Amino acid sequence: MATAQSAGAETVRQTAAPPKRGMTDRARAERKLAWLLCAPAVIAMLIVTGYPIGYAVYLSLQRYDLRFPDDKEFVGLSNYADVLSSWSTWWQDVINTLIITVVSVSIELVLGMAIALVMHRAIFGRGPVRAAILIPYGIITVVAAFAWKYAFDPTSGFIAGLPLISDTAQPLNTHNGSMLVIILAEVWKTTPFMALLLLAGLALVPDELHEAAKVDGATTTQRFFRITIPLMKPAILVALLFRTLDAFRIFDNIYIIQPGGALNTESVSILGYNVLINRVNIGLGSAISILIFVCVILIAVFFVKALGTSTAQQRGET
Amino acid sequence: MTHTNKERGLWGIGILVVLLYALIPVVWIASLSLKKPEEIGDQKFFSGFSFDNYDAVFSDDTFIAALVNSIGIASIATLISIVLAAMAAYATSRLNFTGKALILSGALAVAMFPPISIVGSLFDMWRAVGLYDTWLGLIIPYMTFTLPLAIYTLSAFFREIPWELEQAAQVDGATPFQAFRKIIVPLAAPGVFTAAILVFIFAWNDFIFANTLTSTDNARTVPAALAFFTGASQFEQPIGAVCAASVVVTVPIIIMVLIFQRRIVAGLTAGAVKG
Repeated sequence: MATAQSAGAETVRQTAAPPKRGMTDRARAERKLAWLLCAPAVIAMLIVTGYPIGYAVYLSLQRYDLRFPDDKEFVGLSNYADVLSSWSTWWQDVINTLIITVVSVSIELVLGMAIALVMHRAIFGRGPVRAAILIPYGIITVVAAFAWKYAFDPTSGFIAGLPLISDTAQPLNTHNGSMLVIILAEVWKTTPFMALLLLAGLALVPDELHEAAKVDGATTTQRFFRITIPLMKPAILVALLFRTLDAFRIFDNIYIIQPGGALNTESVSILGYNVLINRVNIGLGSAISILIFVCVILIAVFFVKALGTSTAQQRGET
Repeated sequence: MTHTNKERGLWGIGILVVLLYALIPVVWIASLSLKKPEEIGDQKFFSGFSFDNYDAVFSDDTFIAALVNSIGIASIATLISIVLAAMAAYATSRLNFTGKALILSGALAVAMFPPISIVGSLFDMWRAVGLYDTWLGLIIPYMTFTLPLAIYTLSAFFREIPWELEQAAQVDGATPFQAFRKIIVPLAAPGVFTAAILVFIFAWNDFIFANTLTSTDNARTVPAALAFFTGASQFEQPIGAVCAASVVVTVPIIIMVLIFQRRIVAGLTAGAVKG
């Protein structure tokens, strides 16, 4: 990571430094135009994210409950202490969120890879497959959540009527069952995105390598694990990064399938919502919001580091 | 390359599995929407066609208001973010300047932003300044995800445009404006259109902001309205009506996605792979 970055910075400096001294009017005008064009979008992004997050930090340091607005008072880090010392809510919800994230992203990686391979090596029917997998992508998450909830609910579903499944099975009445349905809904909705990212990565693997390995007697499985996967590592990491961060924020599916995070299906986002909107405890809720933000940054840093190492390795090898 | 019948058969099965996977929940919700209340529990995919649920949904003012809110808010958010992003993407893909990489990675960082992190402060601010339960009150937070997405996809598309054609046209005697309008606009339009569809789908899909920052028909969008749908009795979810409403808001998007599938696939992957 470090080497790749400093090398990148070096080239930037090399190309950028000389014009500084003898920068032509044209180059200067181009730079000015570029900044003028970027300014509105950059400023808008800074305002819509930076300002509210800064305000959330401020709120998280206050005792601020909308039921008792007059009690508003600076309390330092005590909201954070309250959140972090509560094993039964915050940490339990972190565990729930991590379970949902890890399980659903793992399934998506395998399924997405399978779909990507089907599309990449398609003998026929690539069009219908692409059309089909775009359907979950286009559907509102809330609608997809209702679809799965109603499919599993015995009063409206068909799952209980399937062969091999007990007629009295009510997965939505149990914790494990609910987690499974939530994960299923999440996987169903977002696997297409994973598959498309992986398909784009597959297209970057040169066919000659496969041909060469075939000549050397490598089996399909060997070629997949020794050629395809290593060459696709950056694409896989990017897909995992996107999907992990997205899954960690899970809200819509749980809200619909198990309202309020009942049966201990609460994720950190649901907890934040419950405290902020239902209990209108803005101070405590803001502390939860900021902690979620920190978690997301940690996950992102982890993946970006991994990505940096893997691309640096690839550059070193080739 | 030749393929044996066995290989063809296996691929056929693979394709069938993928099709079933994608379609089952959609077919189920469509099937529920066409059932009469007494048929809801019959576990059958097809048990007759009754459009009662659709009649109920279309005569429901709350749903109509939500539909109008959703279309209006998502369209305005799309328009604003596409205009701002197109300017930035033009700069990052065509002009030479330091800080280009910073803008693109900054946009990526903003795209990772968890919405729940700003829901509380927006809830507090909007109630103070009167933006709570208004269109603008949703359009502003939508920029947190529509802008980075638009910047990403547009930058990727704009990088593919042969910009030299513009100079060539000017050499041939076109004015700068003519060169832009006759050469660049037609080349850029498909990319802009694709980015707009993707951004619109994202805004259309939002639930967390719509749920927390609205409270009435004034600005409540479809996903939030669906979650708060109530039937004859408050404690019973009107399953048929929810499904009919779901089908109504899903079908147009699916048709759009299917018509523009090639472009959408390109747009979805462009930002992630090339960026």
